[in-house]
Amino acid sequence: MRRLSLLNFAVLGGGIAFLYLPIVILVIFSFNASRLVAVWGGWTTHWYAALADDAALLDSAFISLRIAIISATAATLLGTLAAVTLVRFGRFRGRLMFAAMIYAPLVMPEVITGLSMLLLFVAVSIDRGFWTVVIAHTTMAMCFVTVIVQSRLVDFDMSLEEAAMDLGASPARTFVSVTLPLILPAIAASWMLAFALSLDDLVIASFTTGPGATTLPIRIYSEVRLGVSPEMNAVCSIMIVVVGIAVIAASLLTKLNAARGTPGRA
Amino acid sequence: MTNRRAKRSFLANLVVRIPFTWLVAFFLVPFLIVLKISLSQTAIAQPPYTPLFELSAGWHGLRSFMAGLSLDNYAFLGSDPLYILSYVKSVEIAAFSTLLLLVIGYPIAYAISRTPRRVQAALVVLVILPFWTSFLIRIYAWMNILQHDGPLNQLLLTLHIVREPPAWLSTTTAVYIGIVYSYLPFMVLPLYATLEKLDEALLEAAADLGCPRWKTFWLITVPLSAPGVLAGALLCFIPIVGEFVIPDLLGGSQTSMIGQTIWTEFFANKDWPTASAVAVVLVCLLVTPIIVFQHQTMRATEPD
Repeated sequence: MRRLSLLNFAVLGGGIAFLYLPIVILVIFSFNASRLVAVWGGWTTHWYAALADDAALLDSAFISLRIAIISATAATLLGTLAAVTLVRFGRFRGRLMFAAMIYAPLVMPEVITGLSMLLLFVAVSIDRGFWTVVIAHTTMAMCFVTVIVQSRLVDFDMSLEEAAMDLGASPARTFVSVTLPLILPAIAASWMLAFALSLDDLVIASFTTGPGATTLPIRIYSEVRLGVSPEMNAVCSIMIVVVGIAVIAASLLTKLNAARGTPGRA
Repeated sequence: MTNRRAKRSFLANLVVRIPFTWLVAFFLVPFLIVLKISLSQTAIAQPPYTPLFELSAGWHGLRSFMAGLSLDNYAFLGSDPLYILSYVKSVEIAAFSTLLLLVIGYPIAYAISRTPRRVQAALVVLVILPFWTSFLIRIYAWMNILQHDGPLNQLLLTLHIVREPPAWLSTTTAVYIGIVYSYLPFMVLPLYATLEKLDEALLEAAADLGCPRWKTFWLITVPLSAPGVLAGALLCFIPIVGEFVIPDLLGGSQTSMIGQTIWTEFFANKDWPTASAVAVVLVCLLVTPIIVFQHQTMRATEPD
């Protein structure tokens, strides 16, 4: 029987508080009527209202959103194909290199990924802008998608696929009507995570962007470097809520996925 | 039948080739380009380096291109203590903060694994959730807290712990706080994953045989969680070495980590060859931990 000791309870409480308190403080300050962070001037939604008039900021938010949607979709397609390759195709030539190229970007420092991407675009003289950021984000996010879909495929009941093929379904047909529906929640969850990754990225976007494609994190970074401001508190609070909703939806889907995939296990 | 075989292998090939080609084009080739530019010279031109490789020049062009490459940038890195110090500082900060993360993360992961199953799932979501809000915002949240008249100093003053508000921003302490805060989920999750699988019969057996609880923990739980410790440490250490946002916003000019050096060489000094050389040396530094990490991940995510 598992029992929660007082010490464990305190550790958990402390850990959760440490993770959430800074975010909660940030959101509270975004409603502070006083411009000075140190002085509490009462509640206001003034800073949020002011954001609606900030055309440059709204423009950046819109660019970031479009980049995130396109790159998350592309990354999900590519990452799912890569996962199917790694799990279902056994040992093919170049498999080790393929696996290495999937896992390396997961931990590669972003400055290096960003720099190398930029030098590629310069070498083949592609003008940097919206689409170069999309390509960079797709590459970064597809590796995360691969790992998520791959772990779903690994504990997948192979006999279902075998049954479909024994009954005469082609491999492609089997994939579309048996495999795909079963891994769909994992795919949906990884799309949302790819979306969140793209929406959050500063470093890779800074290297690969060009004129006219200033993403929201780049704009926030240039403001934040100058110090703390109530407008930035409001922008960051909105982003926290947006990303929070996406992630909660993703984790609910994963849970649904797990419940569906392994009947009889709570 | 043969027809179906042929169709299958064509489709199968396509499935392999699309992501493979994408990764070669946008991950492998860019690295080779970085390597190439690190061997080039800075030039006042667009792009700002020489020699340029012209495919149209053919064999002769390739030869003169090869002749133009040199190790000068690496010699330059070795001769300037600024770069060496920057590498040493980055590895030092990464190593110490990985240790801090382990000390803070282990009890949290352990506590989660001791709770009832149903609660565990919820706690894991709670730990992951802040990790998906951007680094930038979380670091900005700490800028709010750590500023001169911010909540932390106000609290310390109210509790009479300090007389004068200490400066937190632009210190190495602030960098450590930012790193520990940002990377905590990366440490807790792999640790939790191994601790959760721990066979409780072993602990019961030890208790039945009269082993004290701390000794059971030290002799059974800790050694069995070693893979989680390794995974968590690598998942934190490798990206922290190249971290840019945290030292830039919280450390100011006080800390100069290698990620900042690459950024400055690139954006401020427009010295692309030197920035590339700094990046290549960084990859060389990280290549061993990255290979160990890949090996671990492959073992963990693959069918037996």
